[in-house]
Amino acid sequence: MTMHPLTRVLLGLACILVGLWLVAPTLVVVPMSFNENKSLAFPPQGFSWQWYQNFVTNPEWSTSFFNSLKVAVVVAILATVLGTLAAFGLDRMRARPAGLLRMLLLTPMVVPGVVLAIGIYAVYLDARLVGTMTGFVLAHTILALPFVLIAVQASLEVFDKRLETAAASLGAGRIATFRTVTLPLIAPGILSGLLFAFVTSFDEIIVSLFITSPYMKTLPVQIFTSITRDADPTVAAVGTILLCATTILIGGGLLLLGRDRRSSL
Amino acid sequence: MSETGKQRGAAIDLSAVSKAYGSFRALDDISLHVEPGEFMTLLGPSGSGKTTTLNVIAGFTEVSSGSLQVGGRSVVGVPAHKRNIGVVFQHYALFPHMTVGRNVAYPLALRGIAKAEREARVKRALDMVRMADFAHRYPSELSGGQQQRVALARAIVFDPPLLLMDEPLGALDKKLREWLQLEIKRIHRELGTTFVYVTHDQEEALVLSDRIAVFNRGKIEQVGTGRDLYDAPATLFVGRFIGDSTVLRGRPRGDRSSTALDIAGETVTAPHRHAGDTQPVLLLRPEKLTIRRPGSDRRDGHNRLSGTVSEAIYLGSGSKYEVRLRDGSTAIVRSPLTDTSFAIGETVELCFRGEDAKLLADDSTADTTLT
Ligand SMILES: Nc1ncnc2c1ncn2[C@@H]1O[C@H](COP(=O)(O)OP(=O)(O)O)[C@@H](O)[C@H]1O
Ligand SMILES: [Mg+2]
Repeated sequence: MTMHPLTRVLLGLACILVGLWLVAPTLVVVPMSFNENKSLAFPPQGFSWQWYQNFVTNPEWSTSFFNSLKVAVVVAILATVLGTLAAFGLDRMRARPAGLLRMLLLTPMVVPGVVLAIGIYAVYLDARLVGTMTGFVLAHTILALPFVLIAVQASLEVFDKRLETAAASLGAGRIATFRTVTLPLIAPGILSGLLFAFVTSFDEIIVSLFITSPYMKTLPVQIFTSITRDADPTVAAVGTILLCATTILIGGGLLLLGRDRRSSL
Repeated sequence: MSETGKQRGAAIDLSAVSKAYGSFRALDDISLHVEPGEFMTLLGPSGSGKTTTLNVIAGFTEVSSGSLQVGGRSVVGVPAHKRNIGVVFQHYALFPHMTVGRNVAYPLALRGIAKAEREARVKRALDMVRMADFAHRYPSELSGGQQQRVALARAIVFDPPLLLMDEPLGALDKKLREWLQLEIKRIHRELGTTFVYVTHDQEEALVLSDRIAVFNRGKIEQVGTGRDLYDAPATLFVGRFIGDSTVLRGRPRGDRSSTALDIAGETVTAPHRHAGDTQPVLLLRPEKLTIRRPGSDRRDGHNRLSGTVSEAIYLGSGSKYEVRLRDGSTAIVRSPLTDTSFAIGETVELCFRGEDAKLLADDSTADTTLT
């Protein structure tokens, strides 16, 4: 297909504009993290590493970072195990009840975060879970579970169940079949569920704001309180670090998936 | 593939086996005996219960009632993975995340066989299906025929006394299918294992089998050698399913020793008495009919029918004609090449000897179930 040169130029411009629009916030954050002054003004002035230093040395920041990390790791494992089990259960159920249960399990994705947050907060007050590690883990797991469910269900849908029958005929019991055939073939789905669950928990803010306490803050809560209290460029430094981390994580994941696909298809 | 000469196949005994899905009976009181080392083919149209029978033997499906013995022991209630039966599926079912070598080694690894022996046996099995050069490939890098050969190697590598195959060549093209049929026959001979093979292709069944069980609507109509089924079909369904046939229907006028049919004004007689209250039909194989120009006074039998040639097919070794009879039905005749040839539209006479016609009970399902 040939294209009029003008069309080609206009199309190129449109692409660049949309691209800029998508990455603009990121492009603002990265330079700001090297600001010399304690302000979030843009464009920043001078160059310094002090906000990175502050992130590492200031216990407020490092504690909240490790809180987030701990919560996210536990949530990722918990949600992945539960979500995978749920996906299997639904896959092997009769269609109608499975559809209803699935909708129920996916509600945390659809219900507005604030509504969920209020509900969780009300329950946590009574259960003394506000500001506790357990509280954060439970709340985030509710939110992360649907992502695992969706990812694992998608890979179960393309998984050829007749391979399990074949494995049985070759002498594999149910556990051996799961370990050697089913699990390796749906592993990409489980892994991406795990990744989603981790990220969901790590940058969760709405529910976290409700159930936080001065003694237990996660990184997003710390960023939010810091930025509402004073214009501390440390948030930009944190943002930049997170940006790099997620890029490496997601990029690595995509690379792994790509390699896996090439070898198995 | 171990000790040669030793009888390695297991006998199978299905006795009064039924399988119901709700009120639908996929298998309706089936009994079948398979000899050790025999090549038994389950033949029938799609939906007749062949796969269900295989699944019952393999342990993928539990029977609703009846008994099932493999190698002299009841296996009812024994899970599939404990039955030690090899299965080859139409869809290959190779594990896509394992190489050919690992696929074939899989059943050996599950049985805890040491690595050195495992490798030797994998190699032997791959040699047997002529796939030894492909051990490091992934299934996705193989053609359909190659994948099925790997699947076959995987199903025999653990020396099962019984191998089940469900339309294993169904997805392959004709040439490849014919070649693999011969390969399967050779492997059966070399192994001495009992084979139970499912197909809806009667030619394939005739090429491969020691005996054939003909399935129709969840029942077995007849079990026998290909020759039995061709020469002495027990039912009209079997007669029509195996080989070409001409079916004559008409108003019966029987006496004590013979049956006569009035077919649109022409009468044919067969020297058999029809019993029961069903309608009698006569079934004739193509080579039992003689085709000739009307009026010529060659006597080729006692019975004559007139018709017009509707199709003439040159077969190399002879010719095959389809002749439209007066009642509108079609007769199939095969004649040697040396005979006179006939053109489409030509009026002809068909002759046969009454004793060559097989007298059977009419069965309205026999026509509709043809594929
Ligand atoms: N799981 C099942 N549920 C309900 N009906 C089934 C099931 N499996 C097979 N059937 C029915 O049983 C009949 C026989 O099926 P099958 O043994 O697969 O036939 P074949 O292999 O001869 O084509 C078919 O009518 C099929 O629809
Ligand atoms: Mg079938």
